[in-house]
Amino acid sequence: MAADVQKKKGWEVQNGSLAPLDSLQLERSESPTPSMMQGSEPGAGQEGTMFVHTRSYEDLTTDEGPVSMGLKKGDGDQIESDMEQISKDFSELSTKLTGIPMDMEEELRENDSDQQEKPRRDSVLSSGKNDEDVTTDSWRRHKKQVFVLSEAGKPVYSRYGSEEALSSTMGVMMALVSFLEAEKNAIKSIHADGYKVVFMRRSPLVLVAVARTRQSEQEIAQELLYIYYQILSLLTWTQLNHIFQQKQNYDLRRLLAGSERITDNLLDLMAQDPSFLMGAVRCLPLAASVRDAVNASLQQAKAKNLVFSILISKNQLVALLRKKDQFLHPVDLHLLFNLISSSTSFREGEAWTPICLPKFNASGFFHAHISYLAQETDLCLLLVSTNREDFFTVSECKQKFLDRMRRRGSYQTLQEALRTPFYSVSQVGIPELRHFIYKSKSSRLFTRLCLPSPKIEAPYVTKEEKERLLGLYQYLHSRTHNSSRSLKTIYYTGTNENLLAWVTGAFELYMCYSPLGTKASAVSSISKLMKWIRREEDRLFILTSLTY
Amino acid sequence: MALRELKVCLLGDTGVGKSSIVWRFVEDSFDPNINPTIGASFMTKTVQYQNELHKFLIWDTAGQERFRALAPMYYRGSAAAIIVYDITKEETFSTLKNWVKELRQHGPPNIVVAIAGNKCDLNDVREVLEKDAKDYADSIHAIFVETSAKNAININELFIEISRRIPSTDANLTSAGKGFKLRRQPSATKRSCC
Repeated sequence: MAADVQKKKGWEVQNGSLAPLDSLQLERSESPTPSMMQGSEPGAGQEGTMFVHTRSYEDLTTDEGPVSMGLKKGDGDQIESDMEQISKDFSELSTKLTGIPMDMEEELRENDSDQQEKPRRDSVLSSGKNDEDVTTDSWRRHKKQVFVLSEAGKPVYSRYGSEEALSSTMGVMMALVSFLEAEKNAIKSIHADGYKVVFMRRSPLVLVAVARTRQSEQEIAQELLYIYYQILSLLTWTQLNHIFQQKQNYDLRRLLAGSERITDNLLDLMAQDPSFLMGAVRCLPLAASVRDAVNASLQQAKAKNLVFSILISKNQLVALLRKKDQFLHPVDLHLLFNLISSSTSFREGEAWTPICLPKFNASGFFHAHISYLAQETDLCLLLVSTNREDFFTVSECKQKFLDRMRRRGSYQTLQEALRTPFYSVSQVGIPELRHFIYKSKSSRLFTRLCLPSPKIEAPYVTKEEKERLLGLYQYLHSRTHNSSRSLKTIYYTGTNENLLAWVTGAFELYMCYSPLGTKASAVSSISKLMKWIRREEDRLFILTSLTY
Repeated sequence: MALRELKVCLLGDTGVGKSSIVWRFVEDSFDPNINPTIGASFMTKTVQYQNELHKFLIWDTAGQERFRALAPMYYRGSAAAIIVYDITKEETFSTLKNWVKELRQHGPPNIVVAIAGNKCDLNDVREVLEKDAKDYADSIHAIFVETSAKNAININELFIEISRRIPSTDANLTSAGKGFKLRRQPSATKRSCC
């Protein structure tokens, strides 16, 4: 394993990140205005921020290295033969991915009957043999396929189907990538037949997604980047590069064995949870007094090598404490959320695992103590240390935290607060509003409320409904974040709901209304909602960033 | 009653049932859909052995390749190592032999080694013969049992045998010729993970 992250020397602000705006204390305006400054919007931190700042979501995708705009003009003949070759390769690829060659059709129909979608890798014992057959129609019908391969064309990961069965498909993908590279060019995406094939090159890996979702190319690329970071969090960038320098055709699946479910889970989460789309962290709504009590207890339970103490509940942030001058990046926190939600193995005992937080430092491991506060709760405490021999020290910190919480009755209060949701439609006062997402750009935090209405109780709870709603938000997001023609506001009328998005320099607001509401009433409700968010901001957000 | 802390670590290939053995011992429960361990998991259980209380500090390590380099952190300072293989998978027995070699070279000199052939409830699909494993265990003076975490076979016995094999503090003293008993500090109480 690579060296541990010790004292971080010469920590560079990566990828155009900005230092947190500590000094700027702007007046907090009451009503929403497009000219509202970053740092003054509801949910903005009052005493600096807890996360590393990237300028915006786009930062995450602009560091792609040598990126060129598809095909560049060159000599006529050259282009023609290139295009011929590309179209040949592509037709081969698309036959494998989407089309069904004529002679296979009959065979497929026979197989079709017994091809039900099965959840993959549901136990330790499932091996490649149980994987989906990649020659079937049902395999092709998946909304999004994700493949990871090494530069030598060796399969590393595939979302559905075994990697072995897909090795020739991945070979074609690599051929496409290297073919264009030979011309000092790079392939970014292929759009055909309702599909988007998005390529991402992160040496020594190549990531490819084949999607027929409503996402933009940029958003799919963003998801691929998350998959790449996920792999880094298991291995570190240093180790990954070292391996492939030693042996170009190394089979990385050996080292990643057992981690497929973590990557699977990440893809599932990204299809349902808006955190990744927003590039922000969702806070658990909690009365300020309860959160203060949690923070105070966390502050007491410190140790020399602790860098972050993080309390979470179901992929939502309850409290975060950090070492002075060290900032966590939302992407790293998302990876931690994913790690914890991907495995039930943390439910028992205390886990101690190396983990790389790639946005913080991609070259070393932290060591994380992960444990649930009690068996029946969703509250999970993460203590991130720089020293791998620190288990017992950190374990004592957890005990200290719990003891203090119990002694002061805070634990009980916290548990009760988790059980009773505090919001309702009447509280917000906008009857047509069903669901909204509000993101504060300066604090990188967002809140998402689903408001059960009398007619449709909790409309977005099932997996399908969640994915459908997120799909709509994705559409609004892509229209408001399009790099060439981005919209500031958009009103969308659908069959099941109407949506409105408003993106300013300080915040992003996505609202979902009942289909019976009018545009005028939707627009007029914005200020009402913003006032409500302002009033509730100390519950909805974590306004102060605390250090040990 | 004297309390002794015994540090035990579990080693072995991925999916052989290390966590299941620990769960059966600590919680007396079994989950067929248990997720692979990530990193390592720490649990404790105190049991009575003769006139002593033995508190087992158990490090359940992950069997996956990428965690391999962390193993020394857990077996260093361990009083005992339980190496687990799956009786239905020949290759897990080869992995076990590698673990034994590694412990010999880098492990603590007096470490008690226990070999557990797990999943003995799946006798029909057995690939490793009990006799072969037993002979191998005898050749390295290791404890040997076939276990089933699923059916709770030989799990407690495994830990009792470890209690028995670990030299008791009293025995050390009497064998050194002292005529009276001294209540010594427990020998394995080092509160560090290595």
